[in-house]
Amino acid sequence: MAQYIIRRILASIPVLFGILIVTFVIARVIPGDPCKAILGEKATPEVCERFIKDKGLDKPIHEQLFIYIGEILQGDFGNSIRMNVPVTRLLIERLPTTVELSLAALLVSVLIGIPLGVISAVKHNSWIDVLTMVWANIGVSMPVFWLGLMLIYFFSLVLKDTPFWLPPSGRVSPGIPDDPFFEVWGWVIPESGFWAGVLVFFSRMNILNALLTSNWELLRDATEHLILPALALGTIPMALIARMSRSAMLDVLGQDYIRTARAKGLGRLGVIVKHAFSNALLPIVTVIGLSLGSLLGGAVLTETVFGLSGLGRTLFEAITARDYGIVQSFTVVIAIMYVIINLIVDISYGYLDPRIRLD
Amino acid sequence: MTNQTATIATLDAEQISIQSVSLWQITWRRLFRRKSALVGMFILGVLIFIALTAEFLAPYGYDEVLIGKEDVVAREKPCIHLLGCSPEKPQHLAGIDGNVRDQFSRLLYGARLSLLVGFSTVTFAIIIGTILGAVAGYVGGWWDNIIMRFMDVLLAFPSLLLAIAIVTVLGPGLINALIAIGIVSIPSYARVMRASVLSVREMDYISATRALGGSNFQILFKRILPNALTPLIVQGTLGIASAILDAAALSFLGLGAQPPTPEWGSMLGAERNQVFTAPHLVFYPGFMIMLTVLSFNLIGDGLRDALDPRLAHVS
Repeated sequence: MAQYIIRRILASIPVLFGILIVTFVIARVIPGDPCKAILGEKATPEVCERFIKDKGLDKPIHEQLFIYIGEILQGDFGNSIRMNVPVTRLLIERLPTTVELSLAALLVSVLIGIPLGVISAVKHNSWIDVLTMVWANIGVSMPVFWLGLMLIYFFSLVLKDTPFWLPPSGRVSPGIPDDPFFEVWGWVIPESGFWAGVLVFFSRMNILNALLTSNWELLRDATEHLILPALALGTIPMALIARMSRSAMLDVLGQDYIRTARAKGLGRLGVIVKHAFSNALLPIVTVIGLSLGSLLGGAVLTETVFGLSGLGRTLFEAITARDYGIVQSFTVVIAIMYVIINLIVDISYGYLDPRIRLD
Repeated sequence: MTNQTATIATLDAEQISIQSVSLWQITWRRLFRRKSALVGMFILGVLIFIALTAEFLAPYGYDEVLIGKEDVVAREKPCIHLLGCSPEKPQHLAGIDGNVRDQFSRLLYGARLSLLVGFSTVTFAIIIGTILGAVAGYVGGWWDNIIMRFMDVLLAFPSLLLAIAIVTVLGPGLINALIAIGIVSIPSYARVMRASVLSVREMDYISATRALGGSNFQILFKRILPNALTPLIVQGTLGIASAILDAAALSFLGLGAQPPTPEWGSMLGAERNQVFTAPHLVFYPGFMIMLTVLSFNLIGDGLRDALDPRLAHVS
């Protein structure tokens, strides 16, 4: 198993380098003068010259690439040219929004998708099955941004003045205390550095922070704000997972060993869960891994619709503003997350199906 | 002897062509038996009809501003005579948009654009992807490594993000959005094609073609490509669905079709802040996108099942 994991990790290194090069190239070929874009159209040539020199944009392109890769390997993502703050700080501030949103969406999709799929396979051709499949087909066809807006319309306007009202945008309501857990616990942490970053990162995940500090007001408020975006982002993966769970279960349920297990006198539920589901897991895990990737892409749209300043929206704004620093590093971070997710999926294959390890 | 081989080869070729005809017939028959695929084909048929006849069906032009022509205001609710709207008022089935245009007409013209987007991007991606995959699989060695690793890198980005980045490089606009989405979808076709090439490259009939003096081109496109057609068609149909979704998303973000082009995504994006005051301007364009995507998904799923040899006994 260890050998298999090492082989998978080694195989993803060239892809990571490819990603670095592609993001670098994309950021450099974005048309337009970065100086004029950042300092404004009225910037004089002298000012521009100094600016270009300061940012190292006058060096030959391959030299810039090596400097860039070297810096990334050291964990230094440079500065946001436009906002003039270290990109790492922006990452620490904004990544938690996206991670929290993606995890919530994943939770929604797995917790609803798998049971729906399994039930419709077990009750094949029943009305539950038909309804689930109709829903799944519609679910994968909906544009995320449209679904988000429709949810906002329904839950924030139609259900106004009912207990089911949900807030249309933002992460927390103004005025709700959200002191980070390390301050509540009385920890004194350094201004900067790796561990300070990690602590700030986790404290920015509102729900986790609320749980750690027993801040029930924040927990309720943050959850209320998270439900609609998570539903919007989670619906497509939910539909995909439901479909895949159903077809994988149908495949397995038709096998001889399932009949044998039933013939031995094992209970129906036990056979479904222990014998069938554990063997249907492989394709389901594949779909979950694939949808995690699409979650990261869909986050741009969801964050735009729900006014959340996470990774996706920041990246989108940076691209339109030609902020090289952010574009390069955020894209790299997203792509690396994507590669890591795929790596985890691959490794879990090895656990779920021992035959794969030998390939 | 040579003659004999030649006869056998022609016979083979004939048999193959006979078989392939019947395969398509079987596929059609199976496809028509699936209710969901039928629904998909019906929706797509209606959309194609709308796209072809938008000029005749639409009561107004897609960029016709109604100020001064009719007594309507911006973002007015739909007025449908059958549903009790006063018959003296002009009928606007999907309401008036923010620029005082008839939204129903714009929605009809939008069908044309969406279908065009879907078909053109996927055609582009299939052509490039097939060539790359064929070269990678057939030539092998370094070429294979370079091409497929590059495809891996493209696949390592969430497709929408990569498309956004490419559009930013090329500049916003519908054509550039199409190119971006096309590029992003190349890897999946390259993979399918490469897998098919690898699976049949060493087969006897390929060696036979080579022995008979067939060129590489002939072997690739006449002997190998037909094997890859089935997965390519399925992938392509489902690919159209996701291409339409991605294009709508790009337009929604303001990177795709520019006003006054009646593109559903950009219509939705332009009015997204009016969801509380004029929900009809958000609902209808999105609903049309969903219908279009749904039709391709249903047909794609139907095709996959109909072309799956494991389900052969069903017919």
